[in-house]
Amino acid sequence: MIPEVGQFALILAFCLALIQAVLPIVGAARGRAEWMALARPAAAGQFVFIAIAFGALEYAFLNDDFSVLFVAQHSNSALPIFYKFTAAWGGHEGSMLFWITVLAIWTLAVAAGSRSQPEEFASRVLGVLGIVSCGILAFALFTSNPFIRLTPAPADGNDLNPLLQDPGMIIHPPMLYVGYVGMAVPFAFAVAALFTGRLDKNWAKWTRPWTIAAWMFLTCGITLGSWWSYYELGWGGWWFWDPVENSSFMPWLVATALLHSLAVTERRGIFKSWTVLLAIAAFSLSLLGTFLTRSGVLVSVHAFAADPTRGLFILGLLAVFSGGPLLLYALRAGSLEAEGGFKLLSREAFLLANNILLVIAAGAVLFGTLYPLIIDSLGLGKISVGTPWFDAMFLVPMLPLAVLLGVGMHSIWKTMSGTPLIQRLIWPAGIALALGVTLPLLAYGKASALTAIATVIALWVCAAALLEPLRWWVLRRGAPLTRAQLGMCFAHFGVGVFILGATFVSAYTVETEVSARGGDRFQVGGYDILFRGVKPVESANFTAEEGEFELRKGGRLVTVLASQQRVYRVQQTPTTEAAIDSRLGRDVFIALSKPLGDNAWSVRIQVKPLIRFLWLGPLLMAIGGLLAISDRRYRLAARESAATRAVAAAGTT
Amino acid sequence: MWRYAIPLVLLAVIAAFFYRGLALNPSYVPSALIGKPMPEFALPTVTDAEAKLGSRDIAGKVALLNVWGTWCVECRHEHAFLLKLAKTGMPIYGLNLRDERPAALDWLASLGNPYVASAFDPDGTVAVDWGVTAAPETFLIGRDGKILFKHISPLTQQVWQRAFVPLIKAQCGAPDPGCPQLAALGAQ
Repeated sequence: MIPEVGQFALILAFCLALIQAVLPIVGAARGRAEWMALARPAAAGQFVFIAIAFGALEYAFLNDDFSVLFVAQHSNSALPIFYKFTAAWGGHEGSMLFWITVLAIWTLAVAAGSRSQPEEFASRVLGVLGIVSCGILAFALFTSNPFIRLTPAPADGNDLNPLLQDPGMIIHPPMLYVGYVGMAVPFAFAVAALFTGRLDKNWAKWTRPWTIAAWMFLTCGITLGSWWSYYELGWGGWWFWDPVENSSFMPWLVATALLHSLAVTERRGIFKSWTVLLAIAAFSLSLLGTFLTRSGVLVSVHAFAADPTRGLFILGLLAVFSGGPLLLYALRAGSLEAEGGFKLLSREAFLLANNILLVIAAGAVLFGTLYPLIIDSLGLGKISVGTPWFDAMFLVPMLPLAVLLGVGMHSIWKTMSGTPLIQRLIWPAGIALALGVTLPLLAYGKASALTAIATVIALWVCAAALLEPLRWWVLRRGAPLTRAQLGMCFAHFGVGVFILGATFVSAYTVETEVSARGGDRFQVGGYDILFRGVKPVESANFTAEEGEFELRKGGRLVTVLASQQRVYRVQQTPTTEAAIDSRLGRDVFIALSKPLGDNAWSVRIQVKPLIRFLWLGPLLMAIGGLLAISDRRYRLAARESAATRAVAAAGTT
Repeated sequence: MWRYAIPLVLLAVIAAFFYRGLALNPSYVPSALIGKPMPEFALPTVTDAEAKLGSRDIAGKVALLNVWGTWCVECRHEHAFLLKLAKTGMPIYGLNLRDERPAALDWLASLGNPYVASAFDPDGTVAVDWGVTAAPETFLIGRDGKILFKHISPLTQQVWQRAFVPLIKAQCGAPDPGCPQLAALGAQ
């Protein structure tokens, strides 16, 4: 009964989405206030029904209702309750429902947060979000219904993919989806602006916090995914250039470009058409990501069910959601360009360079991801694009971007002379150069040219980011930083930290794979490791062999690590639970990978310097975003226009 | 201005490739077994531990070999279609994979038995010879005992019409005792 309630709620939500998609936009075009006024109630009602649907699915999972096909496929009565809850988004149908739920939450937030904006504009924004919601709801209802019954009901379910039975899985997909779907908000703002052809500084001011918020979630989501694959997939990698990873990374790159481009549009009223294009592109790439992961056109470690009908439907959605706005863009963008130029040495110029380089990087990732598909479509064979290609193609735009970032942060709008810039930056540059070359050599006795260059660049970015905050905090010189400026410093410092981590991990990781028996000793990366042996471990839904390792440095015991080779009872898939001793400066990663027979095990041991920086950096970026959103001018803007409206309302009554 | 139409053109090109790509299956690596004689085997059946079912029993007619297991939810999904197919006279042999005999018997008793017989392969040794990666999988075997086609994931009416029927028709020219009656299902 409850699943049918969920099904019915989803249909009602679809009806409300239709209302939200049509009436407010038509109302705004015809100046019908009562039609525009429908936008917010429709959004709120839609949220309620979608929440009921999501609740119904959770109810089915928590009560082991295996008569629901989706539950039977992704849960099992022995699954810990925690994972029963998260299994709701552990498969295709549920994750689409989750997508819709997240969109409903964003829409509700926009409905609440747009009260200070002109009614016509807010109606159009909510209308566009309604169109998106219609499309995805139709997709769920017609091709991916999570409430389909299975008769006769099986006695037990097929269990959740063991790789997903992990705490990281509880927050990684939601974060990612909130970010992905959040890109619909700047998209809706952009399309609403294209409808009218009016796009001013206020538009950028309204769009920017939403973009930053979605970007923050995307940043966290991607980082969590990287962290999860590092400790759960059992071979110590942190980024695989897998199509699914790429499809979350491309919107991130474009969203990052959008953030910076919005800054220019907000301050100077230029780059308008470019900003709109980036907003459309960021959401289109999110949809593309959904298409790639859900249609099965590309092979991925994430191995989702491939279904051509679904693929066709999402392709249709992509064509409508991206094609429509891009057509509008082709017709209207010409009229958006504003007067006002800038000089070669100005903040605008640096931000333009930032945008171009980020878009090049996103384009390279897109091309590499789609290349196998292109080759296959042209009948030229089946190939895959490897990590070295991606690494190289990504570094080419990213290294200059990082170099320019340091200068750009300290440049000013419109025009400036080079002398003060050089005077200010000569010290950080010198320090970065000196430390960057010597540090790796001192610590490891060797450094390739690329390692030295990347270290210098990383330290340069960190130093440039710290310059302003240090001047204020330590020397008490200059003006206090606004939250937005502080946010920028945090985020850019995070970029430097990340580059440092990535450089050290790729240059100085020590890794070996050994054949070990109980009592064997190994020396890896300055550590003595004793393999104590393997013992069986039982749990509710898996059995495991657990290997214990003593980690010693200079004779002193650092810690005892236990890595498991698990076999989950229902799906009979073996998974590796790596044992990791993490410190800020390094991780020791040990994974018991496979039995070699005769009590010997293949054991993977890695010592990875600064790997925590890979996740600390993006965390700092996200904190930077949070600081930027909380900047005074956004709060002031909201308060001011609320006050204006109150006055206006008082005037009319 | 034309330059503002560039993104639209780009999207159209990408979408065209996607449309083309949907028809292709990236994980479909042509099975090395297609066109080759089926791997030989002889296993006890699900219903009878003493009996033997093997490649010799299947050879000599157009037949299906369907890989199933009670642990496989998708197989449950596919089962109704298999029953319908069996009614048309299509001989379907089962390969029961990594299962327990009582559970498998229970399954056949409660859901119906579309199979002429099901070989019982609890360790998956025969499945490895056949290159089975998951269940359900369905092999189409020609009259000469060669494997004509392999379908991974549940068999549906659509897949049957699109992929299996033309191959079977090509095998059977004139009405022929070694061929199944296709008309019954094809008309639906």
